[in-house]
Amino acid sequence: MADADLSEAEKTFILHSVQDNFREDGRGNEDFRHLEVETGLISNTNGSARVRLANTDVLVGVKVQLTAVDPEKPEVGRLEFFIDCSANATPAFEGRGGEELGSEISAMLTRAYSCPSAVDFHSLCVLPGQQCWLLYIDVLVLECGGNLFDAVSIAVKAALFNLKIPNVTMTKDEGGVELDLSDDPFDFKRLNVSGAPVIVTVNKIGHKHVVDASEKEEECTLARIMLGVTEKGSITAMRKEGSGSLDSDSISEMMEVCKSS
Amino acid sequence: MSVDIRLASSRPAGADLYHGDNPGNIVTPGDIITADTGFMRGHGTYMEDDCLHASVAGTVERVNKLISVKPLKTRYNGEIGDVVIGRIRELAQKRWKVETHSRMDSVLMLSSVNLPGGELRRRSEEDEKMMRHYLKEGDLISAEVQNVMSDGCLSLHTRSLKYGKLGQGCLVCVSPSLVLRRKTHFHNLPIGASIILGNNGYIWISPTAQDKSEESGGYETNLQPVPKSDREVIARLRNCVLALADCKMLLFDTCILYAYEASLKYAVKDLLKPEVAVEVVDLVRQRLELEGS
Repeated sequence: MADADLSEAEKTFILHSVQDNFREDGRGNEDFRHLEVETGLISNTNGSARVRLANTDVLVGVKVQLTAVDPEKPEVGRLEFFIDCSANATPAFEGRGGEELGSEISAMLTRAYSCPSAVDFHSLCVLPGQQCWLLYIDVLVLECGGNLFDAVSIAVKAALFNLKIPNVTMTKDEGGVELDLSDDPFDFKRLNVSGAPVIVTVNKIGHKHVVDASEKEEECTLARIMLGVTEKGSITAMRKEGSGSLDSDSISEMMEVCKSS
Repeated sequence: MSVDIRLASSRPAGADLYHGDNPGNIVTPGDIITADTGFMRGHGTYMEDDCLHASVAGTVERVNKLISVKPLKTRYNGEIGDVVIGRIRELAQKRWKVETHSRMDSVLMLSSVNLPGGELRRRSEEDEKMMRHYLKEGDLISAEVQNVMSDGCLSLHTRSLKYGKLGQGCLVCVSPSLVLRRKTHFHNLPIGASIILGNNGYIWISPTAQDKSEESGGYETNLQPVPKSDREVIARLRNCVLALADCKMLLFDTCILYAYEASLKYAVKDLLKPEVAVEVVDLVRQRLELEGS
């Protein structure tokens, strides 16, 4: 694609359009592109979702597994993220190119979900002190068209919403407690994800900031802030990228924008 | 501030988009084209069990005894005389490597460009060293295909004043098969924007240049801010072109103009929604059929 680097004139054009609050495709600085969500696609996972945000295409699958409890936190379950930026997404992800970005995204997601009110971790506990649910959340980036973090976080939230955790029946044995996973496809419980955070990326172009940048706009950004925001408006994680500097006024402005979106 | 989220299941499923006559000679990979052995095999075909099969999805073309299949989705295959838009990828000895969405990077020789100032002289060492001043990596140019080399690599030239470095504007990438070969690819639309339809699928939309007298030879880009009204026109045109490309309509100036007129009743960013795009394209199709008949 010819969007890899832009000419000076194109960058100037985008810069001026952001300043006018009228971007290349007619959106305002705070408008998102058209977003499409689909859940329940993959039959051999416990929960799945696919999100299409213009060119960006992300697929998430969630599988559950019973494991021993973390001795420091014996009452709660755990989440584990793995992001695979496939080479299909962009030529830059060929070979091992996508690993760095993948680990960045998974670190951000882990931080965002580490807040105790994000997901009801206590409901993931099966046997306090012994067994809990471990959720493996695998993200596959099919196509990268700008604003990857947001799309991934929306897909993760949708997949968790779609998640069906099989009910467990406990039978007391002489040796201990035996756990039986129900095979019935209709016998499950759902996870409450109303508090799950969504990552919003705010890019700084020139002196203004935009939300949901396309690839071209991402080329022109000096710096960006990614915030994990919950429905109630509380911030669970924050990360800054880029070599541009932000003064505190613009940071607080951008945080407000994030919260309201 | 609006975030429009919707379920994929609410997308209009398999809308009946194509109302015209079926050309009847579209094949998919593996289809048998003919069992007659008297034909020569062209591109996109292979012989198996004495039958000619298609290896790509496309239309069958027959020239006397030669059968070939022209694919619908393909990289750009250049012909001499095509107008293309390309991005400079790298600088090499006495030439620029230009990316044109074809299988190989095209080549723009130093001797094939107009020097600034319009002078005509032999290119010297000095010129080679100044190459980066004329065109550097990332710049967009419009050029014409001068020659197709034996390995398929295209040789471009910008020997006319209408070609050269492109200034401020918006690049839209569509499939090369949607842009037909026409008499002219440079259109100055009456609504205040110019559009260049590159045969390689790159479409450049820019504000109409105010003054036509450019003694600089087209190397100095105007970095003045483009007025908002022009910007709206450009954004609307961009969304219209993308809508037409999504519905696989052939692109030419009248159809883009019709799409623009049909889209005036929506806000520019509403055109990004699929149902609005489909509606606009339907109106265009009806209008074209009306004009055609």
